[in-house]
Amino acid sequence: MSTKGNSVNIDVNPDVYKHDWQWKEGEYTVTRSTQWTGPGCHNGCGLLYYTKDDKLVKVEGDPYAPFNQGRLCMRCINLPEAVNHADRLKWPLKRIGERGENKWQRISWDEAYDLIVEKVKRIQKDFGPETIVGMEGTGRNICWQVPLLTYAGFGSPNFAMGFLSGDSCMVPRTSISFCVLGDLSVVDCSQFRDVRYDDPEWVVPETILVWGNNTIVSNPDGFFGHWIVDCMQRGSKLIVIDPQLTWLASRAEIWLQVRPGTDTAIAMAMMNVIIEEGLYDQDYVEKWCYGFEQLAERVKTMTPAKAAEISWVTKELIIEAARMFAQSKPGALQWGLATDMSVNGIPQAHALMCLNAICGNYETTGGNVMAREPWYMNLAYQVGYFDFLTEEMREKRIGDDVSPMHQFGTFSSTAQGDAILKAIESGKPYPIKMLWFQTTNPIANMGAEAPRVYDAIKSVDFVVVVDLFMTPTAVAAADLVLPAAMSCERNGLRTWWSPLRSSVQLTQYEECKSDETIVLELCNRLNPENCNWMDDIDLLNWRLEEGQAPVKDFTELVQKVHVWPDHHYRRHEKGLLRPDGEPGFNTPTGKIELYCTTLESFGNDPLPYYEEPPESPITTPELFKQYPLVLTTGHRSFEFFHSEHRQQKTMREFHPYPLVDIHPETAERYGISEGDWVWIENMRGRCRQKARLTATMDHRVINAEHGWWFPEEEGAEPSLFGVFNSNINNLTTQCVTGPTGYGAPYKNQICRIYKATEENSKVMPGEQVTRMGGFKYVRK
Amino acid sequence: MSANKIGFGLLINYEFCTGCHVCEIACKKELDLPVGQWGIKVLQDGPRKMANGKWEYNFLPMPTSLCDLCAERIKMGKKPTCVHHCQAGIMTYGPLEELVQKMTENPKTVLFAPR
Repeated sequence: MSTKGNSVNIDVNPDVYKHDWQWKEGEYTVTRSTQWTGPGCHNGCGLLYYTKDDKLVKVEGDPYAPFNQGRLCMRCINLPEAVNHADRLKWPLKRIGERGENKWQRISWDEAYDLIVEKVKRIQKDFGPETIVGMEGTGRNICWQVPLLTYAGFGSPNFAMGFLSGDSCMVPRTSISFCVLGDLSVVDCSQFRDVRYDDPEWVVPETILVWGNNTIVSNPDGFFGHWIVDCMQRGSKLIVIDPQLTWLASRAEIWLQVRPGTDTAIAMAMMNVIIEEGLYDQDYVEKWCYGFEQLAERVKTMTPAKAAEISWVTKELIIEAARMFAQSKPGALQWGLATDMSVNGIPQAHALMCLNAICGNYETTGGNVMAREPWYMNLAYQVGYFDFLTEEMREKRIGDDVSPMHQFGTFSSTAQGDAILKAIESGKPYPIKMLWFQTTNPIANMGAEAPRVYDAIKSVDFVVVVDLFMTPTAVAAADLVLPAAMSCERNGLRTWWSPLRSSVQLTQYEECKSDETIVLELCNRLNPENCNWMDDIDLLNWRLEEGQAPVKDFTELVQKVHVWPDHHYRRHEKGLLRPDGEPGFNTPTGKIELYCTTLESFGNDPLPYYEEPPESPITTPELFKQYPLVLTTGHRSFEFFHSEHRQQKTMREFHPYPLVDIHPETAERYGISEGDWVWIENMRGRCRQKARLTATMDHRVINAEHGWWFPEEEGAEPSLFGVFNSNINNLTTQCVTGPTGYGAPYKNQICRIYKATEENSKVMPGEQVTRMGGFKYVRK
Repeated sequence: MSANKIGFGLLINYEFCTGCHVCEIACKKELDLPVGQWGIKVLQDGPRKMANGKWEYNFLPMPTSLCDLCAERIKMGKKPTCVHHCQAGIMTYGPLEELVQKMTENPKTVLFAPR
């Protein structure tokens, strides 16, 4: 197979790499499958699993998986170290000491299930099913499994994503995308056809606008980050908006070094330039966009000069970027998590979509295409919501009163983490009696006010944790810990987006069970009249059947490894986006809604607008005198995904400590040298990380890592594997979200820094939080 | 016979090396190298702002003396693991003559002939 340009790997030896799903290579069985579990990211790359004697020995990238074309990142290459790790949870554990003492007793699965069933039934009877909350962490092949258990098993409408404040990962972007575009779009790297870059219909994007997203590190949301590099090698130019000079920014024509949280001002000013100078795609706007006049009026209020003052980017660069992007045919917009992690997140996502729309980039080849699940497979948060809950029960979902946008299941379909936290703390609208955590470690990671989340989860009557390793969250709060299977130990389905992929069970580790198996076995015990799946494959077939995928059953999919649906460009012209078959986009007006009628009907501003972060040099100038640095966080590193991978010695060799990026001038001002432990502190708390001096930061901004805990340290309190000592979420805040209930200021806080000394490290945060009542401040 | 005597090497296009560490870890796993040992090491230059305002920021994977060009894999008809897994697709294995020819087509490349 020939390919355009470099960066593909499929010119491999067909005598060695087979198209079969399984073969023998010497002493190994080689199986083509998909990696789609923790520990790992959101991609679902094609893998070759090398197994021998029921053990995973090594992995290689599957060169015949068009998604990754044989390539892998550090985390997959090191998968055998994770899968065979001696510290993995091996069997169900029941707490025998106090919470926090890390004392456990091995029990059987039947004993564990009996205990859960007894507790659940009693809670359902005494307090109502809604007082049970099911939570998951970062979404992989638990995205529909945990919701299903919550709805079908527990009978509760309260499924939530950990204590992620403002649902600030993907959900804000998805929700507003459905309002504005009727779909969710991604950069077209020809990923919807198996021929990839050889597709004669595909053209390379002329310019990719990479907005707040270091794709090569973060592997964002079903988008293989290095596809951007593939496009660069085929001629794409970049414009990068990022507070830090990333590698991508170093290769960009234009880099806008934005003050964290002020992106909307730049996007609006770019539109101001594009409209003023008549650079927008007039034909496209006239035919396919709704509300252009109102948008033009709105962006008049944000001149490049004003945006420059707000964002710290010069107006010349903003103008230059606007012109370059508008004149690129096609242009494409790559966005990332940063868009969600601001109280201005919804208007920001709206602004970015408007910017891309007025340049005519949606549904064009090499622009942005509307991504849909193949054969409308449903592997998301709604599975079971309408099937197993009455309307009366659905109305009890916590957080639906935060805003009308949150009520509509098609947009969000989760309870809101902040509202769950408040319900635990206040008992309103009703008390929370049980928490089910499935591969989520909120006090290490997603809970934005980690000490507050710690207090809350410890106060709940019954807590179950399903995970891969004993985590700080499990030690702090769990009554029962269940071991989850990884990777080649489970059968699963992967979409999001094309193709439909299988992952297949090849090995078994101790008594670990897949999330599917745990969910169905519990559902069968809790609610057998509704849930009567025989086994995991039966459950997966139920999903395949609903999606009407062109495979007989899961077994056939395993043998095909992946199957590709048809893909068409310019579907809006052909009536392929709307259920009524009319041309246009799948919105109320049939057009891309620059003026968003859905937001208007919800009582929200129908046009993009800029709002300062709640704590910033502008919003809180007095506080900023005390905390004179802008703090951004949550960026990724190659070695880790959120709080995972910290127990792998190879990863820690590459990345032993948490790192905070500081400009050399700033470091000098505070007497900090490369590699020093540094306290990062604000109104809510402090943590310490090691200084990495880099001139890529603005001297007024620091960039701290998230997700750190230290599996090698003591598990029992006050240590909890050192989880609070380096936890940047001692400084962030819960329950401060945008007016829609979406978006929270994870990435735009304020802080001060000082060098850690023996004297100022006498009371470590772990001690402070678990033994001394926490940091003293008023919780919102 | 050692690899370079039969005239094979690695061509690396460092314009597009993103510093993702995949070659390093893939090599460590292939050769089962202990902590602190590397068969290929990614060197970093920059980020450093230049007089013209642009940034110099380059990564360069350098084979060490432990690199045997994945002799075992080559014997089986595979590519070296660093080449197979490189996320940016910037590494090419082949006869030196062919790689030299490729160098003339691509700027910012280096050619290594390990051992």
